[in-house]
Amino acid sequence: MPAPNLQGTGPASGEAFLRIEDIVKDFNGHRAVDHVSIDIAKGEIFALLGSSGCGKTTLLRMLAGFETPTAGRIVLAGKDLAGLPPNQRPLNMMFQSYALFPHLTVWENIAFGLKRDGLPRDQIETQVEAMLKLVQLGKYGRRKPHQLSGGQQQRVALARSLAKKPQLLLLDEPLGALDKKLREETQIELVNIIENVGVTCVMVTHDQEEAMSMASRIAVMSEGRFLQVGAPSDIYETPATRFVADFIGNVNLMNGTLTEDQPDHVVITCADCTHRVGHGITGTQGMEVTVALRPEKIRVGCDEPAGGHNRVKGLVKDMSYFGSFTVYHLVLASGQVLKVSESNTERHGNPLASGDTAWASWSPTSQVVLTT
Amino acid sequence: MRPDNVLRSLARGRVGVIGVPYLWLLLFFLLPFLIVLKISVSEMETVTFKDLVSVKEGVLQLSLRFGNYVFITEDDLYFKTYLSSLKYAAVTTALCLAIGYPFAYFMARARAAVQPALLMLVMLPFWTSFLLRVYAWKGLLSEHGWAYDLITGTHLDSLLAAAGMIPAPGQLMNTPFSLVLGMTYTYLPFMILPLYSTLAKMDLRLLEAAADLGATAWVAFWKVTVPLSKAGIIAGSMLVFIPCVGEFVIPELLGGPQTLMIGRVMWDEFFSNNDWPMASTVAVVMVLLILVPLAIFNKYQAEAQEARR
Repeated sequence: MPAPNLQGTGPASGEAFLRIEDIVKDFNGHRAVDHVSIDIAKGEIFALLGSSGCGKTTLLRMLAGFETPTAGRIVLAGKDLAGLPPNQRPLNMMFQSYALFPHLTVWENIAFGLKRDGLPRDQIETQVEAMLKLVQLGKYGRRKPHQLSGGQQQRVALARSLAKKPQLLLLDEPLGALDKKLREETQIELVNIIENVGVTCVMVTHDQEEAMSMASRIAVMSEGRFLQVGAPSDIYETPATRFVADFIGNVNLMNGTLTEDQPDHVVITCADCTHRVGHGITGTQGMEVTVALRPEKIRVGCDEPAGGHNRVKGLVKDMSYFGSFTVYHLVLASGQVLKVSESNTERHGNPLASGDTAWASWSPTSQVVLTT
Repeated sequence: MRPDNVLRSLARGRVGVIGVPYLWLLLFFLLPFLIVLKISVSEMETVTFKDLVSVKEGVLQLSLRFGNYVFITEDDLYFKTYLSSLKYAAVTTALCLAIGYPFAYFMARARAAVQPALLMLVMLPFWTSFLLRVYAWKGLLSEHGWAYDLITGTHLDSLLAAAGMIPAPGQLMNTPFSLVLGMTYTYLPFMILPLYSTLAKMDLRLLEAAADLGATAWVAFWKVTVPLSKAGIIAGSMLVFIPCVGEFVIPELLGGPQTLMIGRVMWDEFFSNNDWPMASTVAVVMVLLILVPLAIFNKYQAEAQEARR
């Protein structure tokens, strides 16, 4: 079995720029963050992903200085941040739904932090103009925030948080207030700007697509702990636990027993089918495991596939057509529902209908075997 | 109902809802004001007023008497009285703001559970008669009242005398000091309530954003909290300033011969001199004096409304 990739994972490369060491945060007896440690390298975009109440926002607020850790250390560029109030930390935050100053213009919002540093006027002007240009809002400097669209407000918030050239940029649900279409466009733009500036970034999100498309590494959080830390593809393709597999994307989970252990493969017997798993899995016979299978890795058709493993017969119960792909719900003999996602590569190429009997099959490298 | 019928009945409902207060103002503000305006330019005929429009020998005559308005500008007593009314109202407003702002601020930032109780305490004085409360100050400030003992005991009275608020140490009643104290005490809730409502509505994340951008708590207060509570400051100041200019009862009870207030002059014109046209003139000029700040306030409100959209 692969060793689960858990806490204390080092950065992807180089030495730690931001080091979070064994952080604990208690609120009136409730533990919001539970012994979290992570090293983040310079230039990384690191995402804290989890559902609401998992402690991700509390962790971000401790980085910003709005909350004080109960225990543990936060070290940024070799400097311990303990005891530094928010206004003295060399980092800036882009707030959820932006928290732009409604009484100030776009220009004054961006200049706010620069003025606090007591920079000379001409320097402030140059920097604000550069920021407006960076987020393509050159003509909007004199407007008030309420006169801008949601997407424009988001860019003002980004410009304001980058204006002081922070060592660390914190993003709290950066795209949460935008609608879906705009969110997809903005994701790419936001990453481009952050990478252009070259700032290290920690973001908080509950949206897995946002985390996967923007971050270089993701920490999946639940109940104040990191369940798994890794690149988006690692987390998606090799989830370490049932929770992570289930949380990220869609997955079919099948409980089974390891019945055959060969050097090049294992066979796992589940209620409806047998899995032949061909990639470096070792275990003991009779072990209880869970097989995770992503819907898009399953093929579905009317004809019975060859071979005895990695196939199952089911009744098409529901079909949901999404345009580029179709999701089938197959009811298996045991009553379990198998989700299958087929991409629609041809027009009118849909042979299945509700009520049909269909065969699902998958390759021996597509499953993930989980023990926890 | 067909959709345009619904729209029409909605429009009719709106006219009704807006119309009622307008009708009220028309009946009980505009009409009386026009009557006062008419009296101010009328001539007295012993106990009645002469008609403004009369037909004399087949000629329609309109007789307006502006003598009172001229008199007001010529007799500097009126000018001084208006000026001192505005001055006392302004001082009272400034004091109410200075006391009320921290009050409202801490109330708005108190735990949500205690806020209704604090709000109740601010409104509690309204439960006793206004007259009674002003009278009570008379007792407190006259010799051997405990407020008197406190102020003279701590030698605050020499400070007040130096500031010109009382003629000499030991004389507290019937002075500018007792007048301003009474008005500040009475009108303070009118300052606190609008301030509280704007401060309580404020998005506290804006203060976090200010701190994140390097502002100290003090800078964040002046650059974020104060500008965002501007609407409350203006509303509270208007609610204190406008009634203070025309205040009659408090100057009558707590003010002295030095403290000229327009409300008392008006009373004298009406009831001592029985000169209704003169009294009306004084009233009309006072309304005009108050209309100016009110117009500024309305303009600001309209702008704020515009900004919120």
